[in-house]
Amino acid sequence: MTTTTLNPPGAPSRVPAPASGPAARARRRRILHWIAVHTLAVAAALFFVLPFVFVFLTSVMGDDQAMSGALWPTAWHWSQYVTVFRTPGFLDWWKNSLLYAGLGTLLTVCSAVPVAYALARFRFRGRRTAMVLVISTMMLPPQVIVIPMYLVWAQQLHLAGTLWPLIIPMAFGDAYSIFLLRQFLLTIPREYIESAAVDGCGELRTLLRIIVPMARPGIAAVALFQFFFCWNDYFGPQIYAAQNPASWTLSYGLESFKSAHSVDWNLTMAATLLVMAPVMLVFFFAQRAFVEGVTLTGVKG
Amino acid sequence: MAHLPAGAPAPALRRKRRRERLRTLGFLSPWLIGFCAFFGYPLLATVFFSFLHYNQIEPPVFVGLRNWTYVLTQMPLFGPALGNTLWLVVVMVALRVVFGLGIGMLVTKIKTGAGFFRTAFYLPYLAPPVAATVAFVFLLNPGTGPVNEVLGALGIPAPSWFNDPHWAKPSLVLLSLWGIGDLMVIFMAALLDVPKEQYEAAELDGAGAWGRFRYVTWPSITPIVLFAVITGVVQTMQYYTQALVAGKLASGVTIGPGSVIQPGYPDHSTLTVPQLVYSLGFQNFNTGAACALSLVLFVLAMAATSLLMRGRAGLLPAED
Repeated sequence: MTTTTLNPPGAPSRVPAPASGPAARARRRRILHWIAVHTLAVAAALFFVLPFVFVFLTSVMGDDQAMSGALWPTAWHWSQYVTVFRTPGFLDWWKNSLLYAGLGTLLTVCSAVPVAYALARFRFRGRRTAMVLVISTMMLPPQVIVIPMYLVWAQQLHLAGTLWPLIIPMAFGDAYSIFLLRQFLLTIPREYIESAAVDGCGELRTLLRIIVPMARPGIAAVALFQFFFCWNDYFGPQIYAAQNPASWTLSYGLESFKSAHSVDWNLTMAATLLVMAPVMLVFFFAQRAFVEGVTLTGVKG
Repeated sequence: MAHLPAGAPAPALRRKRRRERLRTLGFLSPWLIGFCAFFGYPLLATVFFSFLHYNQIEPPVFVGLRNWTYVLTQMPLFGPALGNTLWLVVVMVALRVVFGLGIGMLVTKIKTGAGFFRTAFYLPYLAPPVAATVAFVFLLNPGTGPVNEVLGALGIPAPSWFNDPHWAKPSLVLLSLWGIGDLMVIFMAALLDVPKEQYEAAELDGAGAWGRFRYVTWPSITPIVLFAVITGVVQTMQYYTQALVAGKLASGVTIGPGSVIQPGYPDHSTLTVPQLVYSLGFQNFNTGAACALSLVLFVLAMAATSLLMRGRAGLLPAED
C-alpha cells in the first residue's frame, strides 16, 4: 500500500519505448491515463493525510520547538502523551465520553430497532406521515428545541450538570437511526418474514429471532454512527455539562484544554490525537459496516 | 384501509384489526413518546416563549411580538449572523458537492493502491469536529503554523486564515473539504451503479470524456447530487461547533468559568445563527429573543426540507 505513495507513478523506467501502430497508441494512452489518475490521487492524498502528519510531528516536539514553526522534531518527546493523561480532568473526560457514547448507543439501538421494523413492514394508516415526521426530526436544528428542553432538565428534573439529559432521550428512538435501519430492513426479502409467520412466530419473536440476526450489518452501522455522534457531540455537553467540569466529555474538554495550555501546541496536539484515536480504531475494526451505512443513507431508498 | 370492504366488518376481522393496531402502536411507542417529549413539546414551548420576556430568574412577562421585531429589525448581530450562515450554505455546500464528486470519480478510476487512497480520503471525515478544528487552527496558525511555514518557504504570500475576517470563512470551508469522506462514499457508490454498457454505447457514438460525463454519468447521479445538496444545506444551517471553536481558539482568549465571549472572531466573520441562539439564550439569558431567533432558523430549515420532500431525492419510499 505505502509503496504506491513512495514511488509516484511516472518513474522513467515505466515509460515504454516509442512504438507505432494503433495497439501501441492505445497502450500509450492507457499508461498516460494511469499516470494522470495516480498523480492526482497522490496530490489529493497529501491534502487529506498531511494534516495528520503535521499534528503528530508537533505532538512529539519539545516545548520550545513546538512554538517555533518547525516542521520536523529535533528530538522525539513521547512523554507528552503521559503528561496529557496526567492533566487534571483528562481521565474523567474519557470516562464521561465512554459513558455517554456507550450507553447512548445501546439505548438508541434498542429503541430504534422495533420502530424501524414497524415502519418497514407493517401496513397502517399514517405510515407515510410517520416517515415524513421522522425525516422532519432529522432535519430539525438542535438549537430550535434546546431552550425549553434545557429549562425542563434544569428546573423540573434538576439534572443539569450531568450527562443524563443527553443519554435519556436516546431511549426514545433517534430519527436518523430509525431512518437508516428502516432502509436496511427494506432490503430483507419479505418471504423470510412471511414464512416465519406461517411457522407461527409472533411479531416480537420474528423480530428478535429472524430480523435482528439478518439485520446485523445495519444494526452495526447504526451503532457505529451513534457512537461517533455521541463521541463527537459538542453542543449537547456544552448545554448540559458545561457548568460542572466533572461531567465534561473529551469533545467538550479538548477546547478548554487548549485554552488552559495556551502556548503548548505540542501538548494540545497530543491531546487532539488522543481524542481522534478511538474513532479511528473503531473504524479500522468495523470499516465495512461503516461504509455500508454511509452508502445506505444516501443511495438506496 | 383500502383493501377492506365498506360497512361494518365482521367481529373477528374487527378483533384482528384492533390487535394489529395495538401491535403497531407497541412497536412505534418509543418513537411516539420521544417525538412528543423531545420534538412536539419543545417546539410548541419555543413558539410560546418567543412571545415572552423571560430571563430565567424573574417571572416571564407576555410581550407580544416584541422579541420578533427586536430580532428581525433591531438586533445588531442578526444581519452578520444570517449573512454568514447563508454564505456558508452557498459556498460550502457548492464546493463540498463539486469536490466530493471529483474525489468520488477519482477513486473509481484508481487502479493501484485503491484501498490506501480510499482510506486516506475517508479518514478525516471521522475526526471529531472539535479535534479537527483544533488541529486546523494550529495548522493554519499565521505565525508558526506549518502551512504558512511551507507557503513561506515556497515564496507564496500566506494569509492569516482564521485571524483575518476575509479568510476566516474560507478557512472553515477548507476544514469542511478535508472531511469530505461521507460524500465521497455516496458518490462512489452512485458512480459504480452507472451501467457500463451505456459508456460503451456512448463511446461507439463518438462521445469524448466530457460527452460521457454529460450524457451518461450526470443523468444517473442527479438524484444523489440533489440529495447531497439538500442534506448539505440543512447541515450547514446548523453549523456551530467548528465556527465557535475556531473563533474562540484563534482569538486566543482563555476561557474560564463564567467568562462571556462575543462569538464570531474575527469581526463577527464566523458568527452563525445557531451561535447567536446559544449566545442569546445561555449567555445573555434573553430566552424570548433566543426562541424567536431559533424559529427563524427552523423556518429556513423547513423550507429546505420541503424542497427535499418535493425533490424526493431517493428519500421517501416509492412503493406507497
